[in-house]
Amino acid sequence: MLVRVKVNGEWREADVWPGSSLLFVLREHLGLPGSKNACEQGECGSCSVWLDGELVCACLVLAAQAHGREVRTVEGLTSDDRLHPVQEAFVDAGAVQCGFCTPGLVVAVVDLLETNPSPTEAEVREALSGNLCRCTGYQKILDAVFLAAERMRG
Amino acid sequence: MSERVAERARLGVGESVRRVDGVPKVKGAFAYGSDLWAEGMLWGHTLRSPHPSARIVSVDISEALAAPGVHAVLLASDIPGRKTFGLDYPDQPVLAWDRVRYAGEPVALVAAEHPEQARRAAERIRVVYEPLPAVTDMEEALEPGAPQVHEFGNVVRHVRIVHGHPDARADVWVEGYYETGMQDQAPLGPEAGLAVPAEDGGVDLYVATQWLHVDRQQIAPVLGLPEEKVRLHLAGVGGAFGSREDVHMQIHACLLALHTGKPVKMSYGREESFFGHVHRHPARIWMRTGATRDGRLVAVRCRFLIDGGAYTSSSPFVIANASTFACGPYEVPNAFIEGTAVYTNNPPCGAMRGFGAVQAAFAHEAQMDKLARELGLDPVELRLRNAVGTGSVLPTGQVIRGTAPVRELLERVRAAPLPQPEPVDARGRRDPITLPGGVAGNVGRGEGLRRGVGYAAGYKNVGYSEGFDDYSTARVRLSLGSDGRPVAEVHTAAAEVGQGVHTVVVQVARTVLGVEDVVLHPPDTLVGSAGSSSASRQTMMTGGAVEAACRAVLEELVARARQARPDLEGAELTVADGELMADGVPVAPVAEFLGEPIEATREYHHRPTTTFDEEGQGDIHVTFTFAAARAVVEVDEELGLVRVVELAVAQDVGRAINPQMVEGQVEGGSAMGLGLALMEELQLDGGRIRNASFTDYLIPTILDMPPVRSSLVEEPEPGVPFGAKGVGEPSTIVAPAAVVAALRAATGRELNRIPVRPDDLVGLSGPVRPRQPWPPSPRVPGQRPVPEYVGLGAVARHG
Repeated sequence: MLVRVKVNGEWREADVWPGSSLLFVLREHLGLPGSKNACEQGECGSCSVWLDGELVCACLVLAAQAHGREVRTVEGLTSDDRLHPVQEAFVDAGAVQCGFCTPGLVVAVVDLLETNPSPTEAEVREALSGNLCRCTGYQKILDAVFLAAERMRG
Repeated sequence: MSERVAERARLGVGESVRRVDGVPKVKGAFAYGSDLWAEGMLWGHTLRSPHPSARIVSVDISEALAAPGVHAVLLASDIPGRKTFGLDYPDQPVLAWDRVRYAGEPVALVAAEHPEQARRAAERIRVVYEPLPAVTDMEEALEPGAPQVHEFGNVVRHVRIVHGHPDARADVWVEGYYETGMQDQAPLGPEAGLAVPAEDGGVDLYVATQWLHVDRQQIAPVLGLPEEKVRLHLAGVGGAFGSREDVHMQIHACLLALHTGKPVKMSYGREESFFGHVHRHPARIWMRTGATRDGRLVAVRCRFLIDGGAYTSSSPFVIANASTFACGPYEVPNAFIEGTAVYTNNPPCGAMRGFGAVQAAFAHEAQMDKLARELGLDPVELRLRNAVGTGSVLPTGQVIRGTAPVRELLERVRAAPLPQPEPVDARGRRDPITLPGGVAGNVGRGEGLRRGVGYAAGYKNVGYSEGFDDYSTARVRLSLGSDGRPVAEVHTAAAEVGQGVHTVVVQVARTVLGVEDVVLHPPDTLVGSAGSSSASRQTMMTGGAVEAACRAVLEELVARARQARPDLEGAELTVADGELMADGVPVAPVAEFLGEPIEATREYHHRPTTTFDEEGQGDIHVTFTFAAARAVVEVDEELGLVRVVELAVAQDVGRAINPQMVEGQVEGGSAMGLGLALMEELQLDGGRIRNASFTDYLIPTILDMPPVRSSLVEEPEPGVPFGAKGVGEPSTIVAPAAVVAALRAATGRELNRIPVRPDDLVGLSGPVRPRQPWPPSPRVPGQRPVPEYVGLGAVARHG
């Protein structure tokens, strides 16, 4: 089955098994393994991407559902070697350990801060409650979110 | 002539430098095991036994072989070499051939062009099983007539520690029985790797693991290849926590790759991951603690059972640890401890963060609270009165040589300000998100809330124990970079699993060599073993190896300088900021002496330890790290819901090489401990895992985790590199005990089993009662692991 998806601004095509998830197609057909495969059933948020601007778990979206639509992944956050302020803050705050949850969390935090530039701690916790991290205990992730928010507000 | 280590280097030891792998990780550009890809690669899939105990009557692979896209279907009969593997004893079939001993045991392998083809082909393998009686209870496994998991019986190891006078008299005795559930490491990155057949008939394996060289020791004999033809390369590791210390997909992928002549990728899904790695041992603990009226511990009697599951893994060393730590970080002049690890037809258990000390701390800390209550003493005061310090004698007779700031740790968590009550609105109501269970879980308005505070202390060995001569290897090369500045290259096989060892070794190299530019080579088996990323050992061992190699490089540099500059004779030569210093004054750029690069390879060995003697006495552990925790919880007594309000954790770190990363370990370890206290347990039904998903096996979310107030006590440990102790495990050891102590304080309930369930908190279930007063001691030839007595030679010693 041929699917055509606009990924990070560029139309891409792949011939895929009809049961494939968007996540599998991104990772295995389109060379974009930044979205991670931690649970593949929508529990961990490590595959978070935007589908037509909406935050989704790419593992729960069939590739066919994404046909003709626009997907933005962690690889599309910046177009060059620079880091997005959220990425920068994750590194600075020590919010990265094994890093497997990190791309999904970065995407979720960018999504949060794009809609709510000054979230309260409760709002951050709620917004990130669908992203599992096994390493950090989340404290430094919270630090990173507030650091990024502060820097992005200027 | 003395060469002092340079003390000055930007971004060196003691600074919270950014992780060396941070940028690729935030960009999604870091290549984990499951991200690997090769032209023309196949996907491997494992067929696993549905039965906890069965005889394999027949296997028919013809239909699977004929399925679309399939390149290979392999059974045990296709294995060219040894048919078994094992971390410490090779007792586990690579693929089962005559019988299976746990539900989830691998039986057959498939390689196909698409993972879905491989999965569907595996469904077409016809295995006829004859189910056999299974033993799935650790006490039943020790009863006469129980089904035998192995021909030599159901005892993995029985450890007996006798110290002082076991029948010592005490004024007050408290008694307790405790259980801990089977926790899973649940690293977010699944088991994954890529095996690529090589032209020399060997194989290159790119894999997410904790210990490349011990994997190779187990892989090569199965493939029938010499070790040098099996080259391992570390892929990105998405967390480990012990789960990757045993081999999972490594041998399978290599077998398929060599059989098909094509690269083979294997990447477990989440469900398979729960079946594909070892777990934390469930434990049952009987304990009697005696003290004088004025609160001095006199004696501890302890019976410790752990369920090792179907194969040995690291169970012999987990029970040794559990037994040696059973009394807690307290001076106990008289102790009698018996620990038994048993085989059952449950999934194999092995290494997980805390390694036996977690289960022990849950019991000894509950006993301390019971005793405090009995004596009318403050629980922290009782701990302070009995805390070990440098020079204390442990129940094994081992004297604590290093730092042991247990009192300082306890005092720090006690002195931390208590969290304020939640603010309320004009109607006296709290923001519902602050209620136990949160907005979604709590249907009340906080009517039945009770707050409780609990304390715990605990400790853990750093490094491997029991006489194992453990080591790590580092190769360091100092040369001139293209910009003419000195650049250090560091090559070790240390597995970066998220803990930050790669950043630590770069910091060490900067500090010792006084250069800022450090290039880290990817870890592989082309350099000597670094040992495992476990036992809180890498900072000490690989940090030590890198330090030693850097010192050797420095020595050569200084020798060159002395030869080139006779005028410096008599001066003390050091290096800082890329400059050669004579008596602290810069005299020449280091670059001047690097016409030829300098290279050195060094091993670091820790001080020797001993095995247990017949009475369980010995200098068993290298050294120790301690922690104390205070938990503040709120319990909704009507709904049985819990909110941990705050954890305060003080940890003895020796010296923090990278304070921010150390805090990260304390915080993350606390989260894993909180998970064990409140939610994490693999549910077994007749040996079968029933909750192998993140829907059913819950790990703490950001809504479950409270702020962690971490405090690092830095008293440099004598005799170890930079005085730094390992930091990964202690918070996981103390957090569960502290959380449950706080729950007991809030509810008045006994709560002797973790994870604590809502039913336990409202009185619908628990406390658990022992099935027998004190399990009898099994007959064993001695203190060593039983597999050793029956001729299963050790592959690699552990501890």
